[in-house]
Amino acid sequence: MELGTSIVFYVLAAVIVASAIFAVTAKRIMRAATCLLFVLVGTAGLYLLLNYHFLAAVQLSVYAGGVLILFIFAILLTNPKGDPAEPADRQKVVMGIVAALCGLAVTAVIVLKHFALYPIHPSAVGEQEINMQAIGAALMGTGKQQYLLPFELLSVLLLACIIGGILIARKGKGQVGEAEE
Amino acid sequence: MIPMVSYLALSTLLFFVGIYGFIARKNMLAMLISIELILNAVELNFSVFNRYLYPEQMEGMFFSLFGIAVSAAETAVAIAIIINVYRNAQNIDIRHVDKLKG
Repeated sequence: MELGTSIVFYVLAAVIVASAIFAVTAKRIMRAATCLLFVLVGTAGLYLLLNYHFLAAVQLSVYAGGVLILFIFAILLTNPKGDPAEPADRQKVVMGIVAALCGLAVTAVIVLKHFALYPIHPSAVGEQEINMQAIGAALMGTGKQQYLLPFELLSVLLLACIIGGILIARKGKGQVGEAEE
Repeated sequence: MIPMVSYLALSTLLFFVGIYGFIARKNMLAMLISIELILNAVELNFSVFNRYLYPEQMEGMFFSLFGIAVSAAETAVAIAIIINVYRNAQNIDIRHVDKLKG
């Protein structure tokens, strides 16, 4: 059991890191999107490993189902000539590597410096799955540590997003005229 | 069980891979993919801290949940903007997007 969990975690971690690196280095944008799918599915697996089953379901349906479809549509809409490879810009690549390594070093030092503070195991409560009823009550309640107001705000945000998306992506008057000609 | 620091190391790596992609890539959609990687790392961190340090509460999980929804909304608007840029400039290379009014 113990060994199995570790194996699952390290396989998922390897898949996630390898796919993430390939997603930012791939020449073809469609391959990058496919690698992003692997990263997102792997993260959903990690949520399952952490016993957050609802979060894993949301991750799969919203990210892997919704966001990735949007990405693929956008890639197909903006790449008419079969997805040409972008020429590499050496200076930007070097700048990116330097920035990422500097940040990585600082964060790694801080994380490892406080190594002793992190528990190795979650407590006994942490092994249990969260009751779906508790999630629903917290999402729909107005009391302390309950989330009805953010939930409703989120729906207003999504409405604003829909309207904004339509307004931005709609063709302007001149372009409609051109299309008719 | 897996030590918490393994999760933290994984999300740190994911975050800075995303930072690298955001700086180095020139295609706007590739930059958006990098932003997704960064957001994903942050959401993983929220739930790991929740699970290992305060397992009797669920604040971290709800932060992740709302983060996922907000990032989906952000992606939708960003893709609408990118498609509009493509319509005006015929490509989505970030170097060519230097005019506010095309």
